[in-house]
Amino acid sequence: MLARLGLEPGEEEFYSEQLSSILEHIDRLQQLDTETIAPTAQVVEVSNPLREDVPRPGLTQEDALANAPAAVNGMFRVPSIQEET
Amino acid sequence: MIDLTELTIKDAARLLRLGSVSAADLVTAHVERIERLDRHVKAFLRFTPELWERQAEEADRKLRAGDAGPLTGIPMAVKDVLCVRGVETTAGSQILRGFKPPYTGTAVSRLFEAGALMLGVTNCDEFALGSSTENSGYFPTHNPWDVDRVPGGSSGGSAAAVAAGEAIFALGTDTGGSIRQPAALCGVVGMKPTYGRVSRYGLIAFASSLDQIGPFTRSVDDAALVLSVMAGNDPLDATSSERSGGEVLNNYGAGVKGMRLGVPREYYDVQGIEPGVKAAIDQAIKVLRDQGAEIVDVSLPHTDYGLAAYYIIAPAECSSNLARFDGVRYGMSEVDAPNITEAYMRTRRKGFGAEVRRRVMLGTYALSSGYYDAYYLKAQKVRTLIKRDFDQAFERCDAVISATSPTVAFPLGAKTQDPLSMYLCDVLTLGGNLAGLPGISVPCGMSEGLPVGLQVLGPQWGENLVLRVARAYEQASGVKAEVASFA
Repeated sequence: MLARLGLEPGEEEFYSEQLSSILEHIDRLQQLDTETIAPTAQVVEVSNPLREDVPRPGLTQEDALANAPAAVNGMFRVPSIQEET
Repeated sequence: MIDLTELTIKDAARLLRLGSVSAADLVTAHVERIERLDRHVKAFLRFTPELWERQAEEADRKLRAGDAGPLTGIPMAVKDVLCVRGVETTAGSQILRGFKPPYTGTAVSRLFEAGALMLGVTNCDEFALGSSTENSGYFPTHNPWDVDRVPGGSSGGSAAAVAAGEAIFALGTDTGGSIRQPAALCGVVGMKPTYGRVSRYGLIAFASSLDQIGPFTRSVDDAALVLSVMAGNDPLDATSSERSGGEVLNNYGAGVKGMRLGVPREYYDVQGIEPGVKAAIDQAIKVLRDQGAEIVDVSLPHTDYGLAAYYIIAPAECSSNLARFDGVRYGMSEVDAPNITEAYMRTRRKGFGAEVRRRVMLGTYALSSGYYDAYYLKAQKVRTLIKRDFDQAFERCDAVISATSPTVAFPLGAKTQDPLSMYLCDVLTLGGNLAGLPGISVPCGMSEGLPVGLQVLGPQWGENLVLRVARAYEQASGVKAEVASFA
């Protein structure tokens, strides 16, 4: 549900079987003592690159909407996000 | 009579400069070959005549004017994850069917500026998730050496295109081995740069801390050339390095005499390595030793944990990156669903294939509260241990060598029912991604009639060392990336 994949009822079993064998393999990580090890999120050292704070042209509205499945008045059209009361 | 579809970039560029062939001739030769062979190989998803016609004309004009760049008039193929303005780009997925990017990514732009021309878009596993190109949302690609076998993946279309003589070079992306493994299985050269060497701007992201763009070519010199053109800082990718792109070429033709090459014992005896692959690697080690390299035994003690760490980190990043495919701004859409949640569900149910679902589920699970420490944080710590393994190995040697893939190309369908067996294809390559290292696969002979690849991994920013070993091997062994001799 969290990932909004829209699984069909029969699919859940199919995937849970496959995923358990993968998770079983992954469980070997618990054998390692990593108490004192720092995590790596970024493997190559980079400092925060900064640039001059000057305006630059970005995507035009036309370009941004060119791939839109549905657009109205220069905006993306989406279904209602609130239930009617 | 020279076959224009079997040339290296270097040889083609020489013929172009001499004026003995034109860019238009090169394009015609490739289009004819594609028309003849690609129905068997299925390397391409779509073709870009609107680009190649204009680009070939411009290339021929520049050649006549004596104003040619290093790649002027050279036909290339581009993996379906790299955005090119106005060219349908789908990441091998139905969910992006019809998507035409509003801009061109930096790597491709730089190649265009250097004169390369684009033949078309190559097939890949959906969102680059896979090792056989069978997860493509369109159709599988076939190995030019045996069309009943896979080309490897995820950049299988690009590898197969170069191996089949359908492009002089091609671009791929490598997140866990997706350039090096298909290069090995198709008998061509494939290179993954250091993380940060090539800008990822315009690359449809799979796992942002691991992805890199790199070339498929028929020689090490060609790989060095294409990489040097793409490399270098880009303000549009905050992780791209300030280092000069040209440094990848430093002294790479110097040979291996006096270099120390490590053979990691965990890679040498990796589980499931085929005897024919091992024999080819033994032979390659001998060639390098005969050239004056000192071969040393090294250890990467956390190798057995690499796959497990990778299959948490990569799916976690994947599930975040793929959250953007919601049917609102581009691609497939069920916008007429009764409410927004139902629209997301229907779009993603229709648009994503099985492997995408598996990875998104795995990644969402590993990142969810209550499991984050046990999975994601743990995997990031193990990533540190794997990086340290390589740091320690590189204290004892200049580069490490191994097989690229434990096996030669396997039959289509052989691993599709067992995801874990497919994941194991990358056991020798994914460590390089976790540690951010440059790596190359070069052809090193045949086993059971199929190509075997030699992998060279170097320390971060050591592309020149990796190229140096690969080139020395290529020159001394006489083993060349050949165009497959079928049909």
